[in-house]
Order: sequence, then C-alpha cells, then structure tokens
Amino acid sequence: MSKNLWPAVALALLLAFNALFTPHFIDLEIKDGRLFGALIDILHRGSRVMLLATGMTLVIATAGIDLSVGAVMAIAGAVSALLIKRTALAVPEVVAIALAVALVAGLWNGALVGFLKLQPIVATLILLVAGRGIAQLLTDGQIITFERPAFEFIGTGSLLGLPVTVFIVAFVVAVTLLVTRTTVAGLYVEAVGNNETASRLSGLRPGLVKLLVYAFSGLCAGVAGLIETADIKAADINNAGLYLELDAILAVVIGGTPFSGGRANILGSIIGALIMQTLTTTILMRGVGVEYTLVVKAVAVVVVCLLQSAQFRAIFFRRAPRHEASP
Amino acid sequence: MRLPVSQKHIPLLSTVAVCILLYAVASILYHNFFSLRVFANFFSDNSFLGIAAVGMTFVILSGGIDLSVGSVLALSSILAAVLMEKLGVPPLLAIPAVLAVGTVLGLGMGAAVRWFGLPPFIVTLAGMFFARGLAFIIHIESMPISNSFYKAASAWGLEVGGARVPLTAIVFLAVVAAAIYVSGWTVFGRNVYAVGGNEEAAMLMGIPVGRTKLLVYSLSGFCSALGGVVFTLYGSSGNPSAGVGMELDAIAAVVVGGTLLSGGVGYVFGTLIGVLIFGIIQTGITFQGTLSSWWTKVAIGILLLLQKLLARPGTQRSA
Repeated sequence: MSKNLWPAVALALLLAFNALFTPHFIDLEIKDGRLFGALIDILHRGSRVMLLATGMTLVIATAGIDLSVGAVMAIAGAVSALLIKRTALAVPEVVAIALAVALVAGLWNGALVGFLKLQPIVATLILLVAGRGIAQLLTDGQIITFERPAFEFIGTGSLLGLPVTVFIVAFVVAVTLLVTRTTVAGLYVEAVGNNETASRLSGLRPGLVKLLVYAFSGLCAGVAGLIETADIKAADINNAGLYLELDAILAVVIGGTPFSGGRANILGSIIGALIMQTLTTTILMRGVGVEYTLVVKAVAVVVVCLLQSAQFRAIFFRRAPRHEASP
Repeated sequence: MRLPVSQKHIPLLSTVAVCILLYAVASILYHNFFSLRVFANFFSDNSFLGIAAVGMTFVILSGGIDLSVGSVLALSSILAAVLMEKLGVPPLLAIPAVLAVGTVLGLGMGAAVRWFGLPPFIVTLAGMFFARGLAFIIHIESMPISNSFYKAASAWGLEVGGARVPLTAIVFLAVVAAAIYVSGWTVFGRNVYAVGGNEEAAMLMGIPVGRTKLLVYSLSGFCSALGGVVFTLYGSSGNPSAGVGMELDAIAAVVVGGTLLSGGVGYVFGTLIGVLIFGIIQTGITFQGTLSSWWTKVAIGILLLLQKLLARPGTQRSA
C-alpha cells in the first residue's frame, strides 16, 4: 500500500484542512433516510471521474490513452434518454442497450489501437471528435428530457443512506480489482504496457489485450454517462462529460500510474479522482469564485507531477535520479 | 508500378488530393461555391484556428503535443480586450504585451518538459486549465472592443480580383509562409525535425535538444496568442470561453495535413491544407442547408481515420 501513501496523505491533508477551516464541511445530516453533507457530495459528484479513471488506469497501463470517454458518456446518455422517451422498453433493457453501445464504442477504439496499430491518441481522438457529433445527430441537437423514476434512481437514488452512485462505483472498482489482482488479467495488461514485444514473444496477444482494455474503458464511460443522464434527467450532448477525459487522466496521473505504462494502480486513481473532486468542492464551499477552480487544479497537478519527477527531485532534493527515468 | 515520389510525401499528397476532390465535389454540387469570395472566407473564418495549428505543427514535429492552444487563445483574446477597453492601453502596446504573455506561458510549459522530463501531454493539460482559469479570472464573460484603430483594422481588406481578403486571412497566410520558411530553411527548423525523428540520435549528434523543445513550446504559445489577437480582430471582442475544444481541432488539422503524431515527419504546408479541408467541409455543410453542422465533426473524424489508415504503412515504428 506504500505506493498509495503520498496521494492518500494529500487527500487526508486536504480533508483535514477543510474539517478545520471550512464551516459545515464535516457536517452530515439525515433527511428522508439519506445522508447529506459535503463529504457525501464529494463521493457522489466524484463518481463519474472515479468510473472513468478506473477504465483509464488500465488503458494507461498498456501505455495507451483514451481521449474518447467524455464523448462515449454523451453517446450512452443520448441513447438511454432516447430509448426512455420514444420506446416502452423497461429500465434494465434501456441500461443494457446503452451500455452495449458504449461497449461497441470501446471495442472500436480497441480495434483501431490493437489491430490496426493506430497510435492511441489518434485512434481515440477520432471518436472524441466524431462521437459528440454522432450523439448530436441521434438527438437532432436537442436536449432530451424525460421523467422515469426507476431510471433516475441510478443517478439520484439512495441505498442504506448513501447515494446509489457510491455503490455503483464501489461495485465497478471491486470487480476490477478482483479481476486484475486475482487473475492473470492484470499481469497481462501490465506486461503489454511494459514491453509489448517481450509480451508477444512470451505468448501473449497484445492486440487482444488492448482490445479488451479499451472496451472496458468504453463500458466504464457508458456507466458514467448513464449516471450523469439519470442525475439531471436529461441528455445534454454539448455538456455531458465535456473535458471529463482530462479530469480522468489527471486523476490517474495524480494516483501514481505512470504515463509510460506497465503499471496499473486503480486505488491510486480513485484517490486521485477524490482529490480532484475535493478541490472543486472546497473551492465552492469556501466561496472562492468558480473561475479559480481551473487554476487551482492546474497548480495541484503540476505540483504532484513535479514531486513524481525524478529530475525535479534530483535538482531540489539532491538525490540522484533513478536510472529507469529517460534522459 | 513505382510512383516517382518519395515515401514520406505520400501522406501530404493524399491530403492535397482529398482537399482538391472535396473542393471539386462541393463546387459541382453547390451553386456559387466556386468563387473567389468563398475561397477567401476559408482563410479568414479559420484564421485563428489555422495560426494555432501552425504552432501545433512545430510541437508535433518535435514529438510533443500542446493541449493548451485553445485556452491560451481565449486568455489572449480577453487580455487584449481588457487591456484596451478597461485600461485604455493603445493597441500597438497591448498586442505585443499579449503576445509576450502567450510566449511566456509556452516557455513555462517548455521548461517543465525540458528540465523536469514531465510528459508534454500532462504539462500542457495543466497549462490548458491554468490559461482557461486565468482567462475567467481576468474577465468572466465576453467583452466587445470598441477601439477605433481596431475597428478600422478589422474592416480593412485587400481587394484581389473582386474578392476582399480581410486582415485576419492575410495574417494567417503570412504566419504560414513564415513557418514554412522556418521549418524548412533554418537551423531551428531542421533541429525540430531531428528531435522529433529520434531524440537520442539528435542528442548524440550534438543538436541542442533541450533548447529546441523550449523554443517549440514558446513558439506554440506565441502562435496561440497571435491566434487570440486575430480572434479579437475577427469578432471585435475578447471571450474567455473562446476556443473550447480548439486544441483538438488544431491537432486534427495537423494530422489530417499528413503530419505524424510520432514526430519528425510532416509539413507546415500540410497543416494549411488540413485547415482548408476543415473550411471546405464547414462551408459545404452550410451551403447544403439541411445537414446539421455536427456533420462537420463526423466528417473530420472519418477523414482522420482515412488519413491514418492510408499513412499506416509508413508509421510502423513505435511512438
């Protein structure tokens, strides 16, 4: 667990600062059998980035990147809203179809990267650029609003006093951890990211591993898109998931998964996502203008990255850079 | 049959072919499409995107990426507006100041890449947030510019054969011309290709890799700032929410223009063609009338895919 120490300490410090100096930050109250408060809010609002970061961690571990997750969220949202509005399908069917569409989007990315050998940035850029356009075409550029309590439950409901979104995230993360830690899947992913040629020579099929990893990332984005749509009872293509791919990438990097691939640290990414959300909530609760959020996030990211940079440590802490670092 | 062209020109030639084909098809389909006025508008409507894309071309040629261009453009536009409108700074002082700020931001990102070995993707992502936040802190909403010099400059245009070429288009073309010269005929330009082609080899050959990276990001910052100034000329206002997603349009234009994201291969001229293709698709969809403007995005996505698939045999090296 030591690798998650620093991100966890950063999160703890941030929370401690808030507990001491931000009024009402640690207040929790029970209304209608449900907990309310800033801490719950962080978990609920951070759920989308936590989901995206889970898929993104595995993608980055294969030395790839998935820029399309925000667009996939928009597509999944548009599909679910349209199905609810225009068909009589039951909610589980709607969810299944929307997730299937997101999975197909992920498979598309995976096929481009894994089998056509396109660079991950370009391959997923294609869907990033075109995806939101496709979603707009599905909805004719309209914001689709709907009323369907059973579906809204995904985004706004509560279980045992906690938001349903918390359970969804916990489920996805638990399954991912289980599969990557207790089966060889995690090893395969890291092997492909570490040295693709070596992994091929030792009998792995890097193309297939990448296909599955991008498909998984698409699926995570689909779940996040459903949560967003259910939360606001509408599919707003222009804004759904906009820039969230960047938040997710930042969460992964803050969590200590290196960009160069070969290592996946899912818990770290979750902590990273919580740090990002806590920062946002802190800024909102302290009455600092929303416009400062971006600057604060930028500074936080630079500080974290500098602390992880071998060269920076060598210069400022007079420690020799590790030899694994590139020149 | 062996074509009498070198392998490295194929992506560029295919892009030029696509551009001519699109232009021909649109000209046949739509009345009045084939006119000098429409052609001049391709350059002025996409001038700020084009200028930012030129800076991006250098960054990508050096093997890096710059995600901050849209935000730096927005910051520059609102900074220019606030300097002139609120503080009464004359345009001839305000513009150099804005360009300096953009260059310094680029320099800062270059420094993080050069000295701390941080991935360009992350550094410029942070730069993107930083510049966008700064733009909102300076002024939260769009601000019109009423300066008389500015009004005159944005209304001015060069008459060419019955069509008016506005100042914005002229600045864009001048930037492209300068960039083609710098990339092809100066030591810095050749260094950029060398660093992007193989960084280690470049270093062993004694090419100043670090300095080249610093300069490349500074240049991109400068271009984005210039794009911001041109944006204020184009719309007579500064806007802190301008250029959202523009970094991706710029990258798409560069890639459609035949430049490889792995660095070392590509041409500024290709980027010009990439931006033109953007303009042709956009204008074509406007002429068509019934198609949603979102088809532009879908079409660009398809082009990106085709371009990469066509250029694939030449890209069989690790990034």
